[in-house]
Amino acid sequence: MAKKEMVAMLLAGGQGSRLGVLTEDTAKPAVSFGGKYRIIDFPLSNCINSGVDTVGVLTQYRHLRLNTHIGIGIPWDLDRNHGGVTLLPPYETNEASNWYSGTANAIYQNLEFIEEYSPEYVLILGGDHIYKMDYQVMLDFHKSRGADITIACMPVPWEEASRFGVVIADENGSIKDFEEKPAHPSSNLASMGIYIFSASVLKEALIALKDQPGCDFGMHVIPYIHEKSHNCYAYEFNGYWKDVGTLGSYWQANMELLDDVPEFNLYEEFWKVYTKNDIIRPQYLGPHSRVTRSIVGEGAVIMGEVSGSVIGAGVEIGEDARVTDSIIMENSVIGAGTVVDKAIIAENTVVGVDCVVGEGEYADNVYNPKVYAFDLVTVSENSSVPDGVRIGRNTAISGKTLPEDYKNGKLAAGQVIIKEVGPA
Amino acid sequence: MKAVGIILAGGSSSRMGALADKRAVAAMPVAGSFRCIDFALSSLSNSHCQRVAVCTQFNARSLNQHLNSSKWWDFGRKQGGLYLLTPTVTADNDSWYRGTADSMYQNIGFLRECHEPYVIISSGDCVYKTDFNRILDYHIAKSADITIAVTTLSPSQEDATRFGVVTRDEDGRVTDFEEKPEKTDKTLINAGIYIIRRRVLIEMLDRANREKTYDFVRGILMKYKDEKKIYAYDLPGYWNNIATVDSYYRTNMDFLKKDVAQYFFSGYNEIYTKAEDEPPAKYNPDASVSNSLIASGCIISGTVENSILSRKVYVSRGCVIRNSVILNDVYIGENTVIENCIVESRGTLRPNKRYAGSPGHARVVVEDNERYLI
Repeated sequence: MAKKEMVAMLLAGGQGSRLGVLTEDTAKPAVSFGGKYRIIDFPLSNCINSGVDTVGVLTQYRHLRLNTHIGIGIPWDLDRNHGGVTLLPPYETNEASNWYSGTANAIYQNLEFIEEYSPEYVLILGGDHIYKMDYQVMLDFHKSRGADITIACMPVPWEEASRFGVVIADENGSIKDFEEKPAHPSSNLASMGIYIFSASVLKEALIALKDQPGCDFGMHVIPYIHEKSHNCYAYEFNGYWKDVGTLGSYWQANMELLDDVPEFNLYEEFWKVYTKNDIIRPQYLGPHSRVTRSIVGEGAVIMGEVSGSVIGAGVEIGEDARVTDSIIMENSVIGAGTVVDKAIIAENTVVGVDCVVGEGEYADNVYNPKVYAFDLVTVSENSSVPDGVRIGRNTAISGKTLPEDYKNGKLAAGQVIIKEVGPA
Repeated sequence: MKAVGIILAGGSSSRMGALADKRAVAAMPVAGSFRCIDFALSSLSNSHCQRVAVCTQFNARSLNQHLNSSKWWDFGRKQGGLYLLTPTVTADNDSWYRGTADSMYQNIGFLRECHEPYVIISSGDCVYKTDFNRILDYHIAKSADITIAVTTLSPSQEDATRFGVVTRDEDGRVTDFEEKPEKTDKTLINAGIYIIRRRVLIEMLDRANREKTYDFVRGILMKYKDEKKIYAYDLPGYWNNIATVDSYYRTNMDFLKKDVAQYFFSGYNEIYTKAEDEPPAKYNPDASVSNSLIASGCIISGTVENSILSRKVYVSRGCVIRNSVILNDVYIGENTVIENCIVESRGTLRPNKRYAGSPGHARVVVEDNERYLI
């Protein structure tokens, strides 16, 4: 069988628990982004635009939407006779049934998939970043250095460096040392979680570490190889790259698309981002609508007022409704007369008429102050909010809520309503 | 479904003016996101018709490009598929398609090799949405040789002089045809959609060719209306035909009406089109848009009212666009005013210009200025 020079392995099994109710029913890579896309569209589009046409997608947590979204890869031209996209969920063997216990363990359990294509290089990608990157240029760098591993790195502001894993490298890119979330960083070159391995080195390391519990690239595999060969390189990337791991950074990254000329430009012909289009009809703006500083997906029907917001495909916004600084995802409905400010409303959610979503003062969240710390109202997919209720800031709602769930018709700032969701 | 589909998309129309310079009518953009032929293709696909042929001839490059993959309409199948039938030179034929019947006759081999008992013939120039199974049921119930879908022009629409007028008896059998009458007060017209048993079609095409008549309506329907049982089926819902600049403009504007938009865009029988992968439409701080359909990839900084913007239209600051249809990939410079116009695709309009048609008669604007020098 024809070999492939480089095979990509896309890690898409994580929950992304810091996105709170947004990832209650779906894996983070399948969360909507930018009015049309899902997060995984960015690495998948990068793959095909870089000429990498063989991609294994490792899934584990709540993968239904991921599976239906990717299908056989038609939107990314990844439906191939040889190669293309393959979904790789955990599986049972004669001896055991193992979940993926860590990022490297997931790859270890799928070495067979990689070997089918006899690649010289393996590209490891995450499914939780928004960026455009030519992996071929990174591969050229890897080859030119004769490296065992190349880690894509990005300079970050020094004061933020302690949030990342940083690498210390010389001017040629050769890595001297690693620091994981250092209190006093000695470098500001942060790892982006994108690696190119020479395939034989990767295989050797994964087999050597196969009994390591929770085997992880950053914690186990890379230190192991670095220890052995001191042949790891840092590839510096200077484009737009955004982690969307928290509600705050997710919201921020969406809002950055609204600038007059956004730093992350989706409108250029070069390096298009592809996605599965569920809705193709045009959007309609009603006679009294007013939409400014916003992006709006296909098939949306807007009768009210929208500003500073990202509106997904098929969303309906009623007469006299006002949506500001918010993200409304695919097929959700905002009732007439409802006011929404600084909210993230996930897919297929119905907000009733004459509600106020996001009002008053900030209060710490009682349920999970680490996750809900960004002054946003977060509503999960397939939820509903009854008519006429008032919802305070920094709150979360999940499930079909009823008027009696709101004391005096209100949800105070910092409170949550999370309803048990049974089988539909 | 027990029928093979044939879409007749080869005709030209001099009454489309400058819009015909670029493409056949079947490839005209409709409602911002679609092309005219998508309506026939989607109706066939949603009726589970698996084998569909498109006859093309006139200015077909744009249409061929649109049909470069059959997967968007779900025709990329082992059982069936999408076939492009273009005129070819063979040992015993060296002419172009001389008419609609001739375009099918020249591909009679395709019809002979099919195994489906019926053929659905549809014009590629019509905007409609239908379930062909209903028409087929009617066809079988009436034991018809040919069934023609007909539609009734409402008083608000134009008169029937550019259509084929149909007269039928109480049973629904067609008794008379009148093609493009000079003057008429009749309102029942031929919608350009036919169902016919495949063997009957082959026989009639053979006969028409021997008699050297090449048009399906004149050479077959009108000529044999007494010999063959031709029935008229009332096509429910919206139907319009694009043949003139005015009808093109009106059809697009119809999509701003709530009932028309809902008829096509809600419910399960969706209209499909080729995926273009444009990003969501972007509204900048000075945008003011009302009662308009906007396709993906547009960037709007000006005023848009009662208009239809196809994909990738750039509206600069200070522009005013009213009652207009802007085709795809048009750049409009600052402070330019456009009223009652159809702006041809890939055009670049300079700043501070004014283009105006009259309310009853849209003006076609073709501006091929250099994009990056303005």
